[in-house]
Formats: sequence, C-alpha cells, structure tokens
Amino acid sequence: MALKGADIMKKLPKTNCKECGCATCFAFAMKLATGGAKLDDCPYLDPEVRTELESAMAPPVKLVTVGTGEEALVIGEEEVMFRHEKTFFHEPGLAVLVSDREGEPEVEEIIARIHELRFERIGHTLRVNLLALSNESGDRDTFVARVGKASKATDLPLILISGDTDTLFSAAALCADRRPLVYPITAENVSAAIPKIKELGVPAGVKGESLDEVISVTSQLKDAGIEQCVIDPGSKDLLEGIRDQTLIRRAALKKGFRPLGYPTMAFPCFMYQDKFEEALAAAALMIRYTGIVVTSLTEKDLVFPLLVHRFNIYSDPRRPMTVEEKVYEISHPDENSPVLISTNYALDFFIVSGAIEEANIPAFLCIKDTGGIGVLAAWTSGKFTGEAIADFLAKFEVESRVKHRKLIIPGVAKKLKEELEEELPSWEIILGPSEASDIPKFLSEKWKA
Amino acid sequence: MAYEAPLEKYPVKIREVILGGGEKARKIGGENALPLHFFEGSLPNPPGLALEVLDTRPENWAPWILEPFEDVASDPMSWAKKCVEEFGAEILCLRLLSTDPAGKDASPGEAAKTVEQVVKAVDVPLVVLGTGDEEKDSQVLIEVARVCSGKNFLLGPVLKGNYQEIAQAALEHGHCIVAQASMDANLTKELNIALCKFFPPERIVVDPTSSALGYGMEYTFSIIESIKLFGLADRDNMMQMPVFADVGIECWRTKEAKESRDQGVLWEATTGITFLLAGANLLVLRHPEALRLIKKITTP
Repeated sequence: MALKGADIMKKLPKTNCKECGCATCFAFAMKLATGGAKLDDCPYLDPEVRTELESAMAPPVKLVTVGTGEEALVIGEEEVMFRHEKTFFHEPGLAVLVSDREGEPEVEEIIARIHELRFERIGHTLRVNLLALSNESGDRDTFVARVGKASKATDLPLILISGDTDTLFSAAALCADRRPLVYPITAENVSAAIPKIKELGVPAGVKGESLDEVISVTSQLKDAGIEQCVIDPGSKDLLEGIRDQTLIRRAALKKGFRPLGYPTMAFPCFMYQDKFEEALAAAALMIRYTGIVVTSLTEKDLVFPLLVHRFNIYSDPRRPMTVEEKVYEISHPDENSPVLISTNYALDFFIVSGAIEEANIPAFLCIKDTGGIGVLAAWTSGKFTGEAIADFLAKFEVESRVKHRKLIIPGVAKKLKEELEEELPSWEIILGPSEASDIPKFLSEKWKA
Repeated sequence: MAYEAPLEKYPVKIREVILGGGEKARKIGGENALPLHFFEGSLPNPPGLALEVLDTRPENWAPWILEPFEDVASDPMSWAKKCVEEFGAEILCLRLLSTDPAGKDASPGEAAKTVEQVVKAVDVPLVVLGTGDEEKDSQVLIEVARVCSGKNFLLGPVLKGNYQEIAQAALEHGHCIVAQASMDANLTKELNIALCKFFPPERIVVDPTSSALGYGMEYTFSIIESIKLFGLADRDNMMQMPVFADVGIECWRTKEAKESRDQGVLWEATTGITFLLAGANLLVLRHPEALRLIKKITTP
C-alpha cells in the first residue's frame, strides 16, 4: 500500500535543514511518496524509522528474478488489479514441464523444440521462457543427472520440482549459479529448506494447500531473511485458480498484506488432461495475475496463441501499439502491384494488412511513422500530411519499386488527397475505402496498374 | 498480521435479460460479482455461448471451420438443427449475411422468411444479426421483428444511426436488442441513455464491438472490463446491461486461424475466454470445439 506524503512527514526530523535538496521536510516527504527522492537523501533519519518507512514504501508485490543473464525472468511489482487502471508490468513466464522419466536424449530433444518456440511479432520476440524439470521418477540420481544435462543444454531459467527435499537441493546445488526456482517449499519442509535456500541463494517456490498455509511458509522464510519467493496456492482447476490469484493480488495491493506480496505460479498442466483445455486455462490464468504458468505444451499451434495472448494482455494501454515504419511487401508484390499507405498504429496495420492478404492481391503497404496515432489525428498533427508522405516515398525509394505512379490512401483522408496531388504531381492519388474491410472488394474491382 | 480473505461485495447487479421463450428460454446476466467469482458473489446464469449460423453458404472459410457444417452449410435450417442437436448450442446466432448491400443484397422479406423457417426448426433462443449497414439493417430487422412477433429474439446491431426505428419495432413485437457502440465505454453509455428514454433497460444487451487475439483483443478486453466495473463498482445503472461479444467472425478472418485447425480453434477459444473474463455475458462462437472448451473449463 503506497504511503501518503503526510504519513511520511510525521516520521521525518521536521528541521527543514535542506540537506536533502528540498526546501522543507514536507517537500521531501511529498517527493518520497511519489518516488522522486530516496530515504538515503536525509542524513538525519532515525535508523529505526528508516527501516519502518522502507518496508512501508516497498512495492506491494515483491520483484523476483528466476534465472540469470538475458534469459532471466523478472516478475512481480505489479500495481493494479485491472490493466486499464495503469498497465500490467511484467509478463508472466511460460514454463514447459519435463519429467525426469524422459531419457537424456528425449530431454535434449524437448529442449530443442522449446528453443524453436520463438516468434517475431511487431518487433517483439515471443517465446517460451522457462523449463520445469520434475522428479517424477522419485529417484535422486536420475533427477540430478537430468538437471545437470538440462542446465547445459539451455540458458532458459529452470524450475526444479521434487517432493524429496534432499533430491531438490542436490539438484539445485548443481546449478545454483543459474538461480533456479526450487519447488515446492511447504509447511513440512520449510525448516529444513531454509539453510539450503540461504546457502545457495536461489528463489523459493512456495506451495500451500490453502492461502493460510502459504502465509505461514512465506512468513517463516521472511523471518529467515528470504524474500525471493513465488507462491503456488495449490489451485486444482481454473475456477480455484481465479479465486486464489485474485485474493492474493487483492491482499497485496489493497490490504498491503506482506505475506502474500509475492508473484505467483500455477500449474494448468496438472489441472486438465486435454491439451486444448490446458492451453485455454493457461491463457485465462495469465489474465488473472499468475506470474509463472507451467504447461506441458510444446506444440507450435497451441503455444503460439498463448504467446500472442500474453503479449496482448501485457501491452501497455497508456501507449498506442506501433509497428516499424517501412514498406511492407504483402504476398510477394512486383512492379505492377498496388501501393497503399497507412499509419503505424498497430491496429490499423493489422487490419489493413489482413484485408490485403484476404484480397489475395500482392501489394506494397507503406507504413508511415505517426507515433502510433490513426489517420485523421495524424493528419491534424502534421504527421500524415502530403509533405510527410512525399518524404516517406522518397526515403523508401518507392518510385524505384513500381512502374506505375498510383498511390492508394485511406478513404477517411479526403483532404490529404489534394495535398498529395500538389506534392506529388507525377502520382495519381486514389482515395481508398473508408473501412479496411472493404479493401478486398476495392482492390479486386478497381485496381489496374 | 492476520489474514482475512479480501472479498468484494457489490450492492448492485447486472440486469438479467431473458432470451427466447418456452422451456428453452435462457437468461443472461443477473450477477453481482466479477466473472467466475463464485467465491464472493452470486452468478445465477452461466455465460451464454451461442453458435453462429449463416443464412448463405460461407465463402472463403478455412476448411477446418467449414468442416463441422460442410453437410448443412447451404441450408440454415439444417445448420441450426445440427448446432443444437449435435453441438449442444443453447443459443443460436443467425447472421443475415445475404442482406449485405455490397453482396447479395437480399430483401428484408426474403431474410425474414429464412428467420421464420429457422425459428420453426429449433426451439432455442435466437440472436439475429444484420450486417452492420445502418440503413439496410433497419429495414431488415424491422421486418424480422414484425414477421416473428413475440419470439423474443435478440436483434442487432442497433447503432446510433438506426436505434430509434429498430428499437421501436423490437418494443412493439417483443424482442431484445444489441446496442452497439464502437470501442468506447462512454459511447455505450450514451446509446443506453438514449434507448432507455423509450425502451426497457432489461431488454438491452451492449456490444462494445469485438476484435480478435493479436488484432486488438486487449482493447475490447479492457473496454468490457471497464463497462462491468462502472456497472458494479461505481453502480452506474446505465452500465449494468449484459455484454455481448461477436467472437467467431473476428477470429476466423485472421491469417493465424486460417493456418491450421488447432491454432484456429485456440485462436477463437482464447479470444472468447478473454472476453468472458472481462465480463461478457454472451459470446457468439463459430467452432463447436471452441464452445466445448470454454464451457468445460468455466463450468463449476
């Protein structure tokens, strides 16, 4: 729960010494509340008060890192219940579960398949980002061997799963420098696990059969100085998952309840037998606050929708989504293909490029950078004017790509037509349809080079 | 610090709308909690999952979306029957594609005749949709309302430009309407206020317009979610209408859905469950498997 400036003020020395750079203690307090200043800036803060303020001002959901390097997964520090209130900040990790009953070649093969589950979409890489190894065999040596193998075969962060605490930490010791998530840390094994977690410095996957049990475990870990935790509330199906995830997020954000102020995880792979049901539950759990979703899915057709889904839900609603400014070639156009132009507002791009594909007529789609705003607003603000478009055509040498000189512009931009006719006297400016859905009909009926 | 479950209770609820008649009539809405929040409120009616039926043989459909209907695709009555009897649809959505002025441009009379035949073939509630052309839809939906008087259809889309005529006909002939306002919660509210001057609020379902996964799904998601929160948390009674989402048509036109059967089914099911979690009370779906999946994992 965020502290208000007035609450902070009560704890400050109130001497207005200005050494923090602020005119008064009150000004400093206001800055602290909005994150514009640090507690360190005040040299006269009582150490006890400092600790108290520090914990009160800490983000309500702890930031947790699993793995290391470029592939590390960072989750937590979420601030809202609903994405339209601000945004969701840290994309959940998508983990693939692999059993140690699989032989070493099979594990390698699965890892290779997971590495291929990477896709480019409007300048972002969508990917599966964790490997969860489970000690299903119950055998310690087998698990340790598979973990050893897997940690060499992939840079992805690892989740180590074993019901036997000794086995779990033997495997963790092998790859502790990779910060694997050790799971499950429960009410039964927490006392034994604490010294090992501290020794290895790995994040802890806390599991409880109820939220009360989770709270008891995270509290014990916190007392031992361990706060790199991810919580699994043990949900058995999607509806339990939605309940548990919602209550955890609410307790952390609205009640400032620290023992639940951690990112979470869920296991759709144990909730549903059917892979489609599993994939769908995973998508739903990503919407409802889950920090790591563990599935058994490695099929491209099932994983790709999930990755696009995560990308959509975690996109920032405060900023328009944009695509790269360039000339997009759709279905291999040639020198006689039509040339269309639109803005780099991602939605417009998707709809227009989709409509051109549907038309089944190869085309050049010119996408002008308008800062992600649509046609009319961009025209008004000078980013999609005759002059700006003429510059674009020159910059991307569009004249060298086609024999004809015909440019199709969005139907809503009627005034733009006149501007362009002035700027580009050698071009014929054609007013396209106002609705992208009419593009296929427009192209098939009206286009001639 | 003792833990007490942070439950949220709302003193208001989403309006309950009854669709269809007789034994198969189906209620949607009526909840006083967020979607699937069975742990803190009452959700008396499961979300309506309608299967879509076209009044003309579909063109350019991917093989795997046509396949379930291959044998009935030219006959809306058999198509409707198959959806109910074989795929377990409790609601159907008949899309009057034939009336598209840019396409076949069938007359209101012809369209109404098809609707009449479909309503004889099945006894589940019907959503009847025009093509979104304000002028033509107005003629078509008024004719449908008249010919099928008293059948309690859900007619739509009703837009800012044609709400008066269509809602008037729906009122006279006992139907509900889908009030559509594009991607803006304020516009949804404006249209509701305008409608409620003469139309009963408990017969309005709102459609903030849909989009597909990868093609703006998150915009629709957040608009539905904010409409629901205006209604429940802020107690705005002009935002307490059940929400409608036309999912199948958006999803099956994407290239990703056309790439493979499995990806297509999940594209639709994922978009559907996303809107359901945002608060949609009625989804129009195309693939029977998408319906089965959503129903399976959201049913208590």
